[in-house]
This record gives sequence, C-alpha cells and structure tokens, in this order.
Amino acid sequence: MTYMRRIYLDHAATTPVHPAVLKKMLPFFTQVYGNPSSFHTPGLEAKKAVDAARKSIAEKLNAHSDEMVFCSGGTASDNLAVHGIFGVEKAHRGHVITSAVEHPAVLEPLQHLVKRGKIELTVLPVDKSGKILIKDLVAALRPDTVLVSIMYANNEIGTIQPIAEIGRALLRWRKEKSTPYPYFHTDACQAAGTLDLDVEKLHVDLLTLNGSKIYGPKGVGLLFVRRGTKLDPQIRGGGQERGLRSGTENVPGIIGLAAALELAQANKEKENARLSKLRDKLIAGLLAMPKTRLNGHPTDRLPNNVNVSFMDIEGEAAVLYLDAQGIYCSTGSACASSSLDPSHVILATGVSYEAAHGSLRFTLGHSTKSSDIDYVLKTIPDIIAKLRLMSPVNLDMKHF
Amino acid sequence: MTSSQNSPDIVSRSGAQSWFYSDVVKDHFFNPRNFMQDESSYADAAMGLVGSPACGDAMKVWIKADPQTERITDCKWKTFGCGSAIASTSMMSVMVTENGGMTLDEARQLKPQHIMERLGGLPARKIHCSVLGDKALRSAINDWYRRVGRLDKVEEGYGRIIDQETKVTDKDIEHAVLDGADTLEKVQAKLKVGIGNPACIPEVEQLMRFYRAKYFGV
Repeated sequence: MTYMRRIYLDHAATTPVHPAVLKKMLPFFTQVYGNPSSFHTPGLEAKKAVDAARKSIAEKLNAHSDEMVFCSGGTASDNLAVHGIFGVEKAHRGHVITSAVEHPAVLEPLQHLVKRGKIELTVLPVDKSGKILIKDLVAALRPDTVLVSIMYANNEIGTIQPIAEIGRALLRWRKEKSTPYPYFHTDACQAAGTLDLDVEKLHVDLLTLNGSKIYGPKGVGLLFVRRGTKLDPQIRGGGQERGLRSGTENVPGIIGLAAALELAQANKEKENARLSKLRDKLIAGLLAMPKTRLNGHPTDRLPNNVNVSFMDIEGEAAVLYLDAQGIYCSTGSACASSSLDPSHVILATGVSYEAAHGSLRFTLGHSTKSSDIDYVLKTIPDIIAKLRLMSPVNLDMKHF
Repeated sequence: MTSSQNSPDIVSRSGAQSWFYSDVVKDHFFNPRNFMQDESSYADAAMGLVGSPACGDAMKVWIKADPQTERITDCKWKTFGCGSAIASTSMMSVMVTENGGMTLDEARQLKPQHIMERLGGLPARKIHCSVLGDKALRSAINDWYRRVGRLDKVEEGYGRIIDQETKVTDKDIEHAVLDGADTLEKVQAKLKVGIGNPACIPEVEQLMRFYRAKYFGV
C-alpha cells in the first residue's frame, strides 16, 4: 500500500487518547480492578483512586469533591442536568431558557419535556457570530424560570458565549427576587481543553464535561452539581455518585478523565497560543480563496475551530474528496446528516441555506502542525475548483 | 444494499450514524463521466434544470439526439450535491448514451431505481439525493422536442405517482404547496396522501420541503 498523509482535523468530534493518559489508565483494567463499593482491599484501592480523581477535577473547577458526578459521557451529563432538575417535585413544571445553537444533547431532552407538557421553552436567537445577547436573556427571565442552559463554546462554529457575564446577570436576578431559581447549566464539553473552568468565576450551578474531547477516553463524562442544587437521579440502583448516578464506577475512565483534564489545563496557555496561530493561518488561507465566508465569530472562537462556507458546492462532496487526500474534516451540510436540513447552528447565525450546505469544519489539535495547514491550503483549492466546475450553481456573493 | 465494507466511512455531523458508498458510486464520484466542462458548443442543445442550492441539490442536463432515430448521442451534466447526487448523474449520463444511446422514449422511462441498481445501491438515507437526475433528463427531453417543433411529444404530464393508493403525484404535491399547504397535515387534508399508505410520507415531506424551498425560499 502506498503511503498517504493522514491529517486529522476533526478534534471537535473526538480526540485520540493522550499516551500519558492511557498510561495512567492501564493499571486500572488489570491490577486495580476492584469495585469501589467493595469492603476489602482491592475495593478500597479502587475507591482511593476514584476519590483522588474526583479531588483533582474538583480543584480544576474550583469546586468541592462532593459536587462531582461521574456519568458515561457529555450526553448523559446533559440529560441528567435537564431531566434531573425537572424530576424534583418542586420544580416539576416551569420555564426554561436555552439558545438556538445548543448541542442536541441539551435541545432534545428539552424538546421532549416540551412535548410532555412539563416545560415552556424559550430558545434565544444568536447574532451573526453565534452569540446570544445578555439583554435578550434577561428579558426572557420569568418568575417561573427554573433552568437556563447555555453552552460554553459551540461545537460547530466554535463561538464562545459570555458565560461568566450570564452567570452574574442571573445572580442579580435571583438576589432581587430572593429566589434560588433559575439554575444555570453550561455544556463545557468543547471548552474544557482550552477555557477557564472555574465555576466560581462562571457562576454556574451545573457544568458538563466529557473525556473524549480532551484527549481522554470515550464513555466517561462529568456533571458538576453545585451544593444545594437538587436533581432527581435518572439511573437508580446501588446509589453510587451520591445516588445521582447509580452503577459501578467506570474506574479507568474516571482516572483517564482526571488525567486528561489535568494535562489540558496545565498546557492550556501554550497550546492555545500555538493553535490560535494555526487556526488564523488556516482561516486566512481559506478566505483568500474566491467565494468563501467564515462562520462564527472572528476572534471569540475556540483556538482550534475553523468553519468556512464554500459557495456553489455541497459540503459532503468536499469532505469525501478531502478524505481521499487524507484530510479528515466535517460539514454542516444536510447530505452529511440524518436530516434534510443543514446545520441548525449555522442557520441560526442567519447564514443562508446555500452557504450552510457548503460549510466545512476543521478542528485542530495536538497533532496539528504548521506543515499540515500548508498541505490543506495546497490541496483544497483544486478540490473546490473541480466541484465548482461540476456545479450548475454560480451565486452572486453580494447576496450572501 | 451492496456496499464495500472496506471503505472508510463518513461520519455524520451529529456523529450518530455512518454509512458506506459502493465502489461504483465512489468511482463515478471521483471520476465523473460526461460532466459539462465547456458549454460553448452546447448553446443550442436541449437542456433541463431541476432543484436549487437552497434545497441541497441542483442538476442541469444537456442532451443531443439524432433527429432521425431520436437516439441520444450526447449527454452532459452539472450537479450541485453530495457524493451520491454527483455519482447518480454521472451514471445516468452513461446509461442514456451507452450501446448506441437510448431513444428519447426509452430515456423517459429511466427511473432513479434503475440508476441506483447500476450504482450497486445507495445507503437508504442518501436515496433522496439521487432522485432529481432523471427529472432533469425528462425536462431536457421535453426541451429537445420543443426545439424541433414536435410539441405533440412534449409531456408535461401529471408527474410521478408518489402514493400508489391515492395515485397522488409529485405535481399534485407541488400544487398543494403552491396553494399554501405548509404542513404535512394540510397537504394530507387536500390530497389524503399517505393516510392509507404511510410508507410514502417521508417522500411527501421531502417533496414539500423541496417545493417550499423552490417557491418560497424556506
């Protein structure tokens, strides 16, 4: 087989496990295999390791160990946050505020509750950059608003929301109305590797993390639950995780999540600076091509996210051609999803259907080198030119 | 569905599902046959256009045919769409021109499923990406007859039957959408389509979406 260069630019979908993380996990498959609930030495060894991981993550979040609830991933954590709040008797009905660009792991459970008649939902619009406006959020607050869920950074366009500012606005509202509501949840899965996770600065009550986006293992996630925030468990059984998430702990996964977060937060500044430079180089190179536009915010975006629309072509076709050249990215086009609509996130930013169908997302990571960006920028013009030659469409950019 | 299990899959943006393309699909996608590279000598050729970039697929087809035998001698195309849309149009252009070419009447009988068979199948939810090519072809055939003055051979017709039970066609759905039906319920209220035969509902909804995009840009 001939050698083909492989450039993985889909780190927002998932990351490889960092070798140092894997090394820390391995003993917990074969040597320290006890059940943390068991009352003997192997069990105690496992429990100690889980407790240490819990403490380590709590420190990164500036939170308490008893506020950490390990789940089976970002989706499980988001579902526990949403369904958990509305499973509690006092809050079993009410109003929720979220944004138009949330991940399906938040939007779908909320829509489910709407269908069941349990909640009324306000979906905040976003501006052209993908940000919500604080004044919109404040205007949407009601005496019966129980939950506000706004993601920290967007998985498709990388736009960073002003979470701390939202948190302060909600604190003021609670103080004025002398109410503990609404609770504030943020999905920080995409942000965890690059942004500040201090829950005291962010003023969040619930925060979702995921191992597989930060060079940790798949199948493990975490929900931070601030003391005093009452949740109804969605999985009942042996009462693990203070009863909020029963089931024997995924010990190697938890060790891996803690190790991954430690590594990510320790190297944050340096890696962010490196990635931002590569990101801006890729954006500049792509925008230099004719009939392209950037999706998301020019600067308030994740250091590793590039999302660009190529007019007159369809994204899936470009993804396939790039795949054949060893470049792995993704698209918000309808043809690459199970729905007939293009990405709800890109459409929410006011981009036309035409442009949304031609969007490509490149998400950089540890492995990305400057020479990779050169290779992408060298390879992509011919592919886009070929697809445009095949396309009967020739849109006038002044309309887009 | 025939598909190569060795090929790399493409993961959807939702990350939820993946699929495979057959080797024939990939061949036609990466090495498209007969696509239009230079329109200058086709200014007088018969042409058909369907779809729009807003709805995700657009196809333009040019044909030339022998005036005596009415056999297609040349078929060129341009497609805006995904891998299966491009591969389907490419395969269609091969099918209508191979072995001396189809007659225009034969070409009118060409259906998306014939193209899909030759492609070795398409993943179930990519089928909707491949149903426009034959319509663009039929539109080009009508244009050919119009250009030679054979208006008796122009088939505006009642379209393609979507629901075998009610014999509702795509044209009926187009008219319902133009009459203001913007939900499945309203289309069903007008046409009773899919009520006895719910299997056709996904296709009805797709057509509604297509016509709504075409006429109302939504």
